[in-house]
Amino acid sequence: MAAHVLGLDLGSSWSKAVLLDPDGRVVGRALRRTGIRFEDAARDLRDEVLSAAGVDRVGCTVATGYGRRNVPFADARRTEISCHAKGAYHFFPREMDVVDIGGQDNKIIHVRRDGTVANFLMNRKCAAGTGAFVEEIAHRLDIPLERIEALAEGATREITLSSFCTVFSATEVIKLIREGEEPENLCRGIFNSVIARVVEMGPLGEFIVMSGGVVAAFPIVAKIMAERTGAAVEVPPDPQFLGAFGAALVAREELGADP
Amino acid sequence: MVPTDDRQMWQELGLDLEAHDGLLSVLGQAYEDVYLRQPNRPRAMEYFDFVVSQIHGLRVRELLQAKERGRKVVAAFCVFVPEEVVLAAGGVLIGLCGGAEVGFDLAEQYLPQATCPLIKSFFGFKLARLCPYIELADLVVGETTCDGKKKAYESFHTLAPVHVMELPQMKNPADRVLWRAELARFVDRIEALTGNRITDDALREAVGVVNAKRRALARLAALRSADPAPISGLDALLVNQISFYDDPERFTAKVHELCDELEERVARGQGVTARGAPRILVSGSPMAIPNWKVPHVIESCGAVVVGEESCVGSRNFRDLVDEGPADREALLDAIAERQLRIECACFTPNAERADTVARMARELGAHGVVHYNLSFCTPYAAEALRLDRQLRGQGIRMMRLETDYSQDQAQVRTRVEAFLEMLAME
Repeated sequence: MAAHVLGLDLGSSWSKAVLLDPDGRVVGRALRRTGIRFEDAARDLRDEVLSAAGVDRVGCTVATGYGRRNVPFADARRTEISCHAKGAYHFFPREMDVVDIGGQDNKIIHVRRDGTVANFLMNRKCAAGTGAFVEEIAHRLDIPLERIEALAEGATREITLSSFCTVFSATEVIKLIREGEEPENLCRGIFNSVIARVVEMGPLGEFIVMSGGVVAAFPIVAKIMAERTGAAVEVPPDPQFLGAFGAALVAREELGADP
Repeated sequence: MVPTDDRQMWQELGLDLEAHDGLLSVLGQAYEDVYLRQPNRPRAMEYFDFVVSQIHGLRVRELLQAKERGRKVVAAFCVFVPEEVVLAAGGVLIGLCGGAEVGFDLAEQYLPQATCPLIKSFFGFKLARLCPYIELADLVVGETTCDGKKKAYESFHTLAPVHVMELPQMKNPADRVLWRAELARFVDRIEALTGNRITDDALREAVGVVNAKRRALARLAALRSADPAPISGLDALLVNQISFYDDPERFTAKVHELCDELEERVARGQGVTARGAPRILVSGSPMAIPNWKVPHVIESCGAVVVGEESCVGSRNFRDLVDEGPADREALLDAIAERQLRIECACFTPNAERADTVARMARELGAHGVVHYNLSFCTPYAAEALRLDRQLRGQGIRMMRLETDYSQDQAQVRTRVEAFLEMLAME
């Protein structure tokens, strides 16, 4: 049965939608703040992406992400672990570690050569080294988010915030400001810290694929990851949508499995 | 006279009645949501449901009545405190409340914030005046298992009479001598408390009673190897939790009744899930009542928990005390010998535990192991990293899960679901 399929990724900060046509081509994408009502965010996203693409109905909807259970119209649900793995494997069909840096959590997913998940790690509760951390520290520095990457490019000294905790990291930043540290170095320090928090979660292999909103907004983190680990680091197209794209791929399979 | 009215009984025990009402209503709701809504429960779970419904009622009254008749109540929460010795002296041993986030703010006046929730909880229950067992206990027995407990009991001295047993950290000959001496010191303390001399016959009888309880729990554990599992992990965990509270002989009889029913289920191929449902072995820190989070999340994702390599689980019942010896000193040797076979992460090294987990996973037909460790429980957290590698080397998949008593079910659920999705790809 030829039909469009929809993948919805209800993240803790942002929700993403990817619409695939019957041939598996991406024909629509949408993004919005999740807010406090997952159901509304999911419905609004679906309506937005369908009307923009001029599509009336979808054959299958798969929900993923923190709010995956709050999508009443979804036909199936998968964790973001499986969806990121599936999305990444579509672009890079090989053994790899997928590093997803999201709004409030980080994960490392080890994908085998055949695309199955061998192992995964997630940070616990704490938002250190996530998108929320970047936003908080930029706010403390009083630098608009869109400028921190450009500033970081001009860094002359490597700083890594040592703290495990976003709140304590902010205190550390204030101390550095008081000591007269250059804003460029501080901005670079934010990204160094993001990568440090990921690397200390567990061992990484030689081929890393990065996804999530942080690498989408700040491609410099992929460069720092490569420098820090010596691994080859790739970023798929639209890395923020990789989970939703993976969910849409699952939806295609589900549809194919339907009689 | 023990009051016939629960509230009057609690008031006389010095509980904070208003807060206690709140606790019971939360627990009642949680029990309904987690336990009573499970499908296909064995009929014989009715008894255990009743025990839970009366956990601060009838059982407390029984203990108070026992005290009126001159029996002493000893409270503990560790499998290294020998129930045999307490029973042989005519006493009763009960587990302490420690599985809910209660009185943590008060507990943190005595304990560092980075203390495991089990320890904070037993402190909190005392300080918030919510645990009838601690209030009616004549003696609290602690042990030097982990640093958290060791230092906690130091402070607990000011709140209740405490006896601390020094558990060695290794299992060398000198450690065995130490532990045997600690058992002798415990015997002296219990004899002084109860005024009863522990005789050869009394200790032999007590060993028989506690061994019978262990045999019943082992029978229950073995039945869970069937596919489909005849009982949920939640229900089996509950039975194990209740083993620390209930009258041992009555409990043993009820566990056998349950097992009789489960045997019929297995013979009919009947279970709590369809055949082939994902099967999980839980291994790690203890799950004190009413800490049901991890099995509840696992089973609400469609899997079934088939075993607990835990102190509230196999470490409590796997080994038996040798019933051969006739005299008290030789029986105490046998009790010590059994205890030092327990594979608690407080020992170094503790290499046997990995073999045990792997063997249990195979025997129970588990598809994966969820290693559960309480936040700030360093001994189990440290072993988890190594265990993961060792199990993987044997083709057994394991996921590490660290959690506490907070409401983080959604995060736990994401990890568990992802683990099950991963197992399904195999």
